[in-house]
Amino acid sequence: MGKATAAIVGSGNIGTDLMCKLLRSDLVEPRWMAGADPESPGLARAAAAGLAVSAGGADWLLGLDERPDIVFEATSARVHRENAPRYAALGIRAVDLTPAVLGPPVVPAVNLGAHLDEPNVSLVSCGGQATIPMVHAVSRVTEVAYAEIVASVASPSAGPGTRANIDEFTLTTSRGLETVGGAGRGKAIIILNPAEPPMIMRDTVFCSIPADADRAAIAASIKEVAAAVAAYVPGYRLRAEPQFDEPSAATGGAARVAVLLEVEGAGDFLPPYAGNLDIMTAAAARVGEGFARRLLAAR
Amino acid sequence: MPHSAGLDVRVTDSSLRDGSHAKRHRFTAEDVRAVVAALDDAGVPVVEVAHGDGLGGSSFTYGFSHTPEQTLIRTAVETAKRARIAFLMLPGVGVRDDIREAAGNGASVCRIATHCTEADIAVQHFGLARDLGLETVGFLMMAHSSPPEALARQARIMADAGCQCVYVVDSAGALVMDQVGDRVAALVAELGGDAQVGFHGHENLGLGVANSVIAVRAGALQIDGSTRRFGAGAGNTPVEAFAAVADRLGIRTGIDVVKIIDAAEDVVRPIMDGECLLDRMALTMGYAGVYSSFLRHAERQAARYGVSGVEILVEAGRRKLVGGQEDQLIEIAVELAGR
Repeated sequence: MGKATAAIVGSGNIGTDLMCKLLRSDLVEPRWMAGADPESPGLARAAAAGLAVSAGGADWLLGLDERPDIVFEATSARVHRENAPRYAALGIRAVDLTPAVLGPPVVPAVNLGAHLDEPNVSLVSCGGQATIPMVHAVSRVTEVAYAEIVASVASPSAGPGTRANIDEFTLTTSRGLETVGGAGRGKAIIILNPAEPPMIMRDTVFCSIPADADRAAIAASIKEVAAAVAAYVPGYRLRAEPQFDEPSAATGGAARVAVLLEVEGAGDFLPPYAGNLDIMTAAAARVGEGFARRLLAAR
Repeated sequence: MPHSAGLDVRVTDSSLRDGSHAKRHRFTAEDVRAVVAALDDAGVPVVEVAHGDGLGGSSFTYGFSHTPEQTLIRTAVETAKRARIAFLMLPGVGVRDDIREAAGNGASVCRIATHCTEADIAVQHFGLARDLGLETVGFLMMAHSSPPEALARQARIMADAGCQCVYVVDSAGALVMDQVGDRVAALVAELGGDAQVGFHGHENLGLGVANSVIAVRAGALQIDGSTRRFGAGAGNTPVEAFAAVADRLGIRTGIDVVKIIDAAEDVVRPIMDGECLLDRMALTMGYAGVYSSFLRHAERQAARYGVSGVEILVEAGRRKLVGGQEDQLIEIAVELAGR
């Protein structure tokens, strides 16, 4: 069986780390990288790895005789909004790592199978990739009226795009907790911590649960889904057993489960503390492989 | 340059915002009405009202509000005859729609807080606040953890984004005397006429008033306090004491010292769960440089897991946790309990 061909649009840290992962894939072959800056070190690295590269962006990519099966967009929400219709018109599947959220939100451990025929899927946000699986793990066992997450990331892992649009993170992640996680209402909080050496990404997931919910079943479900995420993000782990609290004023009157997570990156190109970025590129590679399986089976 | 012929330094009372931590976010509209009326009558020019962690802070992580903060803000605006009503928001916790709603409810001073090395996450919020015609204040939190020059560079980012007064915020109550003066002076030198400089102090080392006086001497034009120290940790700079000291030093605050002393005793104290004390936990925070609002959360997790609250705080300091990472105290408590 051959491989599906892929292009990465965006030659920054995310695009470069994604390339490292795709170069190891049995199903996806990264052939092209398009950037915007001829001096970009990402383009130089991609060229050294054997990819065809250009600073001409999507215009260059889409003007080539041969077109990729899959494009990974690692630019910005604004650029993806411009490019997405052009990919779709040419029948190129798009995996969107920006916060544009044009296609259905996908979290591989939760709902990848449901969206393999979509022309464009969104990876929500780094915090969403880390925490939505845990909300799903609880909501498939019992009702989650409200889910809340806190994502703490190392300051150097938050790029200028994230910083200029931090509301996009909070709002996109909150919606993802609801639409993909299955919570009635979601709230997301992000904290940037400048500690040196940089802290590894931490996430806390709180779910309200009925007071009489089956706690053993919830805990088992959390561990099962955590293992499913760890299959593509090896550094994804529970820091402690799920913590259950009885209803009190401090919990807003609801019973609550808290999941304490750490996400350590694989250290492909980005440093291991940047688990928030690693989980995005790992999820993107996973989605790309899902698309590839589908495309190759149809050939 | 002073604010006006009769006002050298403008005081913002934060008891209805920072006090939210000490009150476990249980303020009622009646509490707000009573405190705002008393502070307004005493001549406090600005009164801040919000969840302790700012707009959108009502949550599992920080504690749920008894009464929606926007209701409290509206109540404060309706009550105040002279005082302006301010609110706080932290990008990453609240969002721009929260600012729009607070402005719609009549608040006129928007205070936006970031950790002291992360000012650039607030650029979009300052822009919106200015577009809405709000007066803007920027908070560089945990200012003890950053040297004066680095703090000044962050202040420049805020000022360029539309912030009209950047505060050196001693969230941990860890700054000692000249360390305040050096930071305020560095900001004044950097900002010049582009923005004012303010100081927000806590009592965790017992220095709120003294540090505030040093800040004024270094050029600060805005000072935060909380009447009766009603705030996080050992509480904030007591407004009534600062007003009295300022009066003795000839610094004009516009606050009637006798009236604010009465308000502290007769109006603010009765709505507090207890005095804000410089006890073992609070002093540990000042000494270890821990975010003041961790106090109640550390107490709760210590009781929940049967571990030492002081050890939780010391570990929080060792891990260099920043404001907003209250969730990590759970993990620390679980880890201590497992030893």
